[in-house]
Amino acid sequence: MENENTLYTVTVYTENQVGLLSAISSIFTRRSLNIWSLTVSASSIKDVHKFTITTHTTSEKIAAVVKQLEKRVDVIKAFFYTNDDIVYREVALYKVETCNLLESNALEDLLLKFNARILEMNKVFTVLQKTGHCEDTVALYEALKKLGPVLQFTRSGRVAVTKGDHELVDEFLAEREIERKKIEMNK
Amino acid sequence: MEAEKFRGSEIFLKSLLAEGVDTLFGYPGGQNVAIYDKIYDYKDRIRHILVRHEQGAVHAAQGYARVKGKAGVVLVTSGPGATNVITGIADAMIDSTPLVVIAGQVGTALLGTDAFQETDVLGMTIPITKWSYQIRRPEDVAWAVARAFYIAQSGRPGPVVLDFTRDAQVGEAEFEFKKCDFIRSYVPVPEPSKDAIAEAAKMIDAAKKPFVVFGQGIVQSGAEKALADFIGKAGIPAASTLLGLSALRSDNPHYKGMVGMHGNIAANIMTQECDLLIAVGMRFDDRVTGTTSTYAKQAKKIHIDIDASEIGKNIPVDLGILGDARTVLEKLTSLVKASDHSEWEKTADKCYEVENSKVINPEIHPGKGYINMGEVVDTVATVSKGDVVVITDVGQNQMHAARYSKFVKTRSMVTSGGLGTMGFGLPAAIGAKIADPSRQVVLFLGDGGLQMTIEELGTIMQEGTGVKIVLLNNNWLGNVRMWQQLFWDERYSYTRMTNPDYGKISSAYGIKNRLVEKREDLEDAVREMLSDDAPFLLEVRVVEEGMVFPMVPPGKSVNEIMLTEKEWYK
Ligand SMILES: Cc1ncc(C[n+]2csc(CCOP(=O)(O)OP(=O)(O)O)c2C)c(N)n1
Repeated sequence: MENENTLYTVTVYTENQVGLLSAISSIFTRRSLNIWSLTVSASSIKDVHKFTITTHTTSEKIAAVVKQLEKRVDVIKAFFYTNDDIVYREVALYKVETCNLLESNALEDLLLKFNARILEMNKVFTVLQKTGHCEDTVALYEALKKLGPVLQFTRSGRVAVTKGDHELVDEFLAEREIERKKIEMNK
Repeated sequence: MEAEKFRGSEIFLKSLLAEGVDTLFGYPGGQNVAIYDKIYDYKDRIRHILVRHEQGAVHAAQGYARVKGKAGVVLVTSGPGATNVITGIADAMIDSTPLVVIAGQVGTALLGTDAFQETDVLGMTIPITKWSYQIRRPEDVAWAVARAFYIAQSGRPGPVVLDFTRDAQVGEAEFEFKKCDFIRSYVPVPEPSKDAIAEAAKMIDAAKKPFVVFGQGIVQSGAEKALADFIGKAGIPAASTLLGLSALRSDNPHYKGMVGMHGNIAANIMTQECDLLIAVGMRFDDRVTGTTSTYAKQAKKIHIDIDASEIGKNIPVDLGILGDARTVLEKLTSLVKASDHSEWEKTADKCYEVENSKVINPEIHPGKGYINMGEVVDTVATVSKGDVVVITDVGQNQMHAARYSKFVKTRSMVTSGGLGTMGFGLPAAIGAKIADPSRQVVLFLGDGGLQMTIEELGTIMQEGTGVKIVLLNNNWLGNVRMWQQLFWDERYSYTRMTNPDYGKISSAYGIKNRLVEKREDLEDAVREMLSDDAPFLLEVRVVEEGMVFPMVPPGKSVNEIMLTEKEWYK
């Protein structure tokens, strides 16, 4: 039996078209895959959007999902990765009561140990920021909880870049540009 | 001088003309009345078929598309007009039928306000279309239409929806039409790998018991001849899926019938005995494979398909070839050795003998008792010599039509395969006849299916569409009744139907009709029906508790075949 529980990161490069988010998410939901995190942003390529999605599933299912994603007309390319294939991060923000932080005297240690930053501090509350992997951001949350209530804790979706030495989307788009010129010429 | 400007509605019609559209299936309403107003001026160039229900429009467009080989076009209003076409869009998606569906939409200022007859058309149709797009400006109309037709008709075809807001219909813009032939994110026809084709040729040459299963991809890529040439040269027996029917002539010596739940024994047994399965333009639907865990386990498998997501989706394969069926088959034919597998092909003879004596003969030549559905289909096939377009509805009528029709021309079978939509038949037949008036179009349907879209008799009346309707009346929702008999302890829960007088209904619509209750009258009635080009309803009272055999029951392997309620194929 294959492990149902591998965490995959799916990246989807798309044209800027309305409705793609709905198209993409329905491909996951239809196969009962929970989306754990989703980030949509511009990519390094002009006019190309990038979706970064994480989900737990099997290699077979994720391969099928990626093919379904690529089948959408406005999806340029889609890929899936395990954690080993990528460099990835998320951002977490924590809002805690300032008095608890100061009382405990642990603030400095925490900042150092977790490589966290203070974004805002006033008499009432303090906002900390940490970037890292999910385990790290959660670990800081647990540590903060020990000092007192964490008023708000929020994590962004994952962002990721690949470790490979080919930029596959650029290569694909370059091929397509040649194809477009060919069609243009044949007219 | 300033360039001439047109309303979006007119740009829309000009764009349809530029795409070569000659027919629209539609229904007017508040949010497309501006388009209808322009259609009034284009009457001489575009034929508009006024259906009686939007579901009829979309199924008619499907029938049209499948016979014509180009997109069927549907025009409906917003809200209920749009929701009424959802079933047909889903049907077209799963059966890869090219459609362009245009739905009126409220003005952009009203979007999202729950305005009268506003509904989220994009939200509803994105999962069941190849592409859905909302046109918000008249400047975008020509572009959107061109893109819609390109997407619907290229690669693996499918339905496209244009949600056409009122502002875009009534606002003005210049008209410039550029046909769409390239979308950078979309590769409709992948170039097949030379290595993969070479590898396939090797596998085919090495195989002792090769077997081809083909689907609708053959028809859609125009690979009918390429397929016949390929199996002819390599000497390979071949079977069709439900949607592949008519891609190969039924009398081709290598043709072994239809695969799947109610397929021919030979086709299913050979699937389980071949050493190489070559699947072309088909998608291993569960009605084809039975339980996948045992499906053709003994065989190496090659899957040729234009859609990358189909390869390995349901059945793992040894070799996938991504590309157009015709291109791939032509290359394969040039590479493979001429070969003969007549010993292996004889496997089919024994299967056929059993099927003929246990199933076919009793079905089409019962001699006495009530008329069987298969008998009616066989009579039509015999009288017409197979030269008709067969349309079916869904249920027992469909399976018998598929099993007992004979095909001599391609694009002669239109049926709702993937979705199994009751009510598909009557409007699809209208569309098919409009697509090719030179051919006889014969529709087989049940008393359940007819009543799902019976309102389209009005369309037939108004348009004089010469559809030949063969109503196989068993007073039951036959297919479900059959399942209740076989698998649910004969508990016939709500499958019995009290039927109206179909002769009277038909007469009320001015459609000629005839009722056949006795075997002696059947052939004569079929001849009468086929003697001219006028609409006709032939009602045949068939055996009430008829069955469709052979049958691979759900969850079984395709070589576990029921011949009757009690007997299994051995
Ligand atoms: C829209 C829709 N509703 C329900 C079904 C389920 N269904 C499949 S076959 C069938 C019975 C069809 O009865 P009839 O049209 O009389 O045809 P027969 O099977 O008797 O030939 C039903 C209800 C369906 N396929 N489509």
